[in-house]
Amino acid sequence: MTDVTSLYTHSIDIENAVVSYREDIALRGVSIKVINGEFIGIVGPNGAGKTTLLTIVNGMGKLLQGRVSVLGHALTPGNGHSLRKKVGYVAQAENIDPRMPMNVREVAMIGRYGRLGLFHRPGKADWQIVDTALELVGMTHLARRPIGHLSGGEQQRVAIARCLAQEPEIFLLDEPTASLDWKAKTDIMELVKRIHDLRKLTTLFVTHDLSALPVSCDRVVLMKDGLIWDEGLPGELLTSETLGQLYDLTVAEVEKRRGEAALA
Amino acid sequence: MDIFTYPFMQNAILSAFLGGIACSTIGVFVVLMHMPFIGVCMSHAAFAGALLGQWLGFNPMIGAFAFSLGAAAVVGPLADRGELNPETSVGVIFSLMLGLAFLFMGLMSGPKSAALELLWGSILTNTRGDIIILGVVAVLVVGIVFLFYKEIQATVFQRDMARAVGIPATLMLYSILFLTGATITASFSSIGGLLIFSLILNPAAAAYQLTYNMKRMFFLSAGFGVLSTWVGLLFSYLFNIPSGATIVVTSSVIFLIAVVFSPKRKVKRWQKESSAENVT
Repeated sequence: MTDVTSLYTHSIDIENAVVSYREDIALRGVSIKVINGEFIGIVGPNGAGKTTLLTIVNGMGKLLQGRVSVLGHALTPGNGHSLRKKVGYVAQAENIDPRMPMNVREVAMIGRYGRLGLFHRPGKADWQIVDTALELVGMTHLARRPIGHLSGGEQQRVAIARCLAQEPEIFLLDEPTASLDWKAKTDIMELVKRIHDLRKLTTLFVTHDLSALPVSCDRVVLMKDGLIWDEGLPGELLTSETLGQLYDLTVAEVEKRRGEAALA
Repeated sequence: MDIFTYPFMQNAILSAFLGGIACSTIGVFVVLMHMPFIGVCMSHAAFAGALLGQWLGFNPMIGAFAFSLGAAAVVGPLADRGELNPETSVGVIFSLMLGLAFLFMGLMSGPKSAALELLWGSILTNTRGDIIILGVVAVLVVGIVFLFYKEIQATVFQRDMARAVGIPATLMLYSILFLTGATITASFSSIGGLLIFSLILNPAAAAYQLTYNMKRMFFLSAGFGVLSTWVGLLFSYLFNIPSGATIVVTSSVIFLIAVVFSPKRKVKRWQKESSAENVT
């Protein structure tokens, strides 16, 4: 595996991917190459195909056409399972039953389960990795709390710790800050950036919320109607003109709304 | 103490033990995956299948097993895709199964006592063969939980997340549904088709009230399951009333006691206190 790692420069290479769910076409021929260690923000309105793009990277979505190569391996229906173990995935916060009989440490340990494989129980080394991950996200003091007792922001930190415990090579975040309050949202954005800088993980950060996009990302990809609509540096791309076109608004309207958002 | 000396009582005590463990272990999945409707649906399907067997003259157990797996095959994919809507699709299948059950019962000629036995169960007439089947299912259920504990834990917590870390969560879900069908079928003759589901749900629901540790929940649930069946059996023997009914009433009483003593009822207060701490 290490030999292969040194051979590829693009940890993700997608060519002309087409994906459809029942009658809806979610991706209509998307191509993108992601360099090792790159931090990409993916922005677009609801239904643009952002989540679908992530699901074809971790092998959960089914390709109708096109080619996906992840970590130097062409993704086939058969090897999705094994590749998934190297891809960390954080979805948006879900409501967790406050009575769920699992504590924070156990939830973070789930990240190790795929790697451990069937019939292997977590050992001391695994618990150490989990504890280190919890420390990194600042959740050590809550490690023994039932997971359902945590706030949404805290649960997302645990989800990130779970991903880190997985020791992934690619880090996918799908609206990780949706439904969080402003402080929790900015905390998570900072944490993701810090982890990227620390571990040099290839990171894809999906959001429909411009204020939830870490401005320091290397590249921004704008998606609309199942296509990549534009891409570039965050400073150059996120102008009121392009946003207006992306969201079908006039420039004046975009500026008015951005001004209001800044005040909020 | 002569209760222990009759062979039929010994069979019943052993059946109660094995059935209690198998049903209440399955119940932990039903409770944690929030799918009580699937369990209800499958147990009523088993009931209909058993009656079909009795009507057409083949082994009711085969009918029960086939029907409960059939129900799982219809409802399982709905649950897996997260499209489960208990009010509609599962409700339709549930009522269909109950309707079929009574249809088969109506079509049967002659006395209905055997059919009614499937309704109420009759643990006192359990044979060695029944016990062996119960034993096999109980060992299978407990063995699978033991062997695949971490996969099961991840799957019942969040299926999509389990899938995302590389756990075969869909396979786990269908294994759980298969085990549910097998458990319902094996425990059928003891507890009865209408009542079996409460022996699945109540002990696990009681255990759920009492612990934040999943392993402990499995043990507590199995303990409550065995306690329900044994106490129920004792009352059935003492007052000469149907054992299925006494078992279900006992398990419900255990659940109510667990709710009263549940530390989880304090969750809301605890959360308020902790948010107050954060403010100050």
